[in-house]
Amino acid sequence: MAHSHDQHVVSDGGAAHRKVIWKTFWILLILTALEFLIAFTMQHGTLRITIFVLMTLVKAFYIVGEFMHLKHETKSLMWSITIPTVLLIWFVVALIMEGAAIFQELTIFKFWN
Amino acid sequence: MASTITTTNGEPKLWLGGIEPMKASYGKLMMWFFLLSDTFTFGAFLVSYGLIRFSYPAYAGDVADFTFSNLYWPIPEKVFAAVPFLHGVYLPLVFVGIMTFILIFSSVTMVLAVEAGNRRDKAAVQKWMLWTILGGLTFLSCQAWEWTHFIHGTDEGTVIRELVNNQWIERTIYGANLIENQYGPVAFADLFFFITGFHGFHVSIGVALLILVFYRTATGLYERRGHYEMVEKVGLYWHFVDLVWVFVFTFFYLV
Repeated sequence: MAHSHDQHVVSDGGAAHRKVIWKTFWILLILTALEFLIAFTMQHGTLRITIFVLMTLVKAFYIVGEFMHLKHETKSLMWSITIPTVLLIWFVVALIMEGAAIFQELTIFKFWN
Repeated sequence: MASTITTTNGEPKLWLGGIEPMKASYGKLMMWFFLLSDTFTFGAFLVSYGLIRFSYPAYAGDVADFTFSNLYWPIPEKVFAAVPFLHGVYLPLVFVGIMTFILIFSSVTMVLAVEAGNRRDKAAVQKWMLWTILGGLTFLSCQAWEWTHFIHGTDEGTVIRELVNNQWIERTIYGANLIENQYGPVAFADLFFFITGFHGFHVSIGVALLILVFYRTATGLYERRGHYEMVEKVGLYWHFVDLVWVFVFTFFYLV
């Protein structure tokens, strides 16, 4: 993980780096194809949503880490981008629970009938 | 891609204070923080989608018997099932799959342009920039078609019942806009227009920046400047746009 792509001493003319780029592309493509497969073979439910969210996070990791090169930046830069983003999880959970609570209220007052 | 941008004589490019915070140039660091703020904007959009979706009833019946109704949230694959030139053929999520592929591929050509820039290979930068521009334009065209189809609706339309002047009336509506939606609750169409629209706006800005950077590469500006950092900064933006699409794809089309 700590291997660095120092572009100033590219002895192989960047060939190793291009290999990493194409490998990342195949990972992203295969994950997207798998998402389609799951979308059409699996019953809708919490498990399916969890799998989709996890696959999306893996794709995000590869795009940000390799394509945007964040994995190979200094640690301080990496964390100053990652930590605020992780706080979004709190936001997501809080507001989805809020949505479910609104649904409960509307159901109690028979809004849907 | 390099963590340190060097000038032609190999010296690190320092900020005006004489140091280089986080081993990144000023422009690159600011691009990162701009993208962080943009993450919050898109995060807010997608979280709003989650909140509104969870406040509506989900469709409870069998997927095969699904019909459009404004009483429950639609199943996305039933809404997005059309492909250009294949009128009336039911192909769920195929077109959006093609769009996803195009955007991921344009991200690859972008990172190859950045890699070529690090080697100061002007011809390769130009080649990969052109492929990226082509990918961006294709994606935008696909989105234009998708919107047109969404707005015009299906051949049959959906019959809705509504209370007008204290009387229940039935009428058929076709497609969706901000106040009417044949596929489900009006909020579903509103969120579709806002989220994919805001993303499409980002892609349009991205294409404009890519064209500018291509032009400046072709005229040799970056060659004279001694580095291709501008390609890298626009690349960061472009990957971010791809990243947002990955999330939109999951939360709007799959879940």
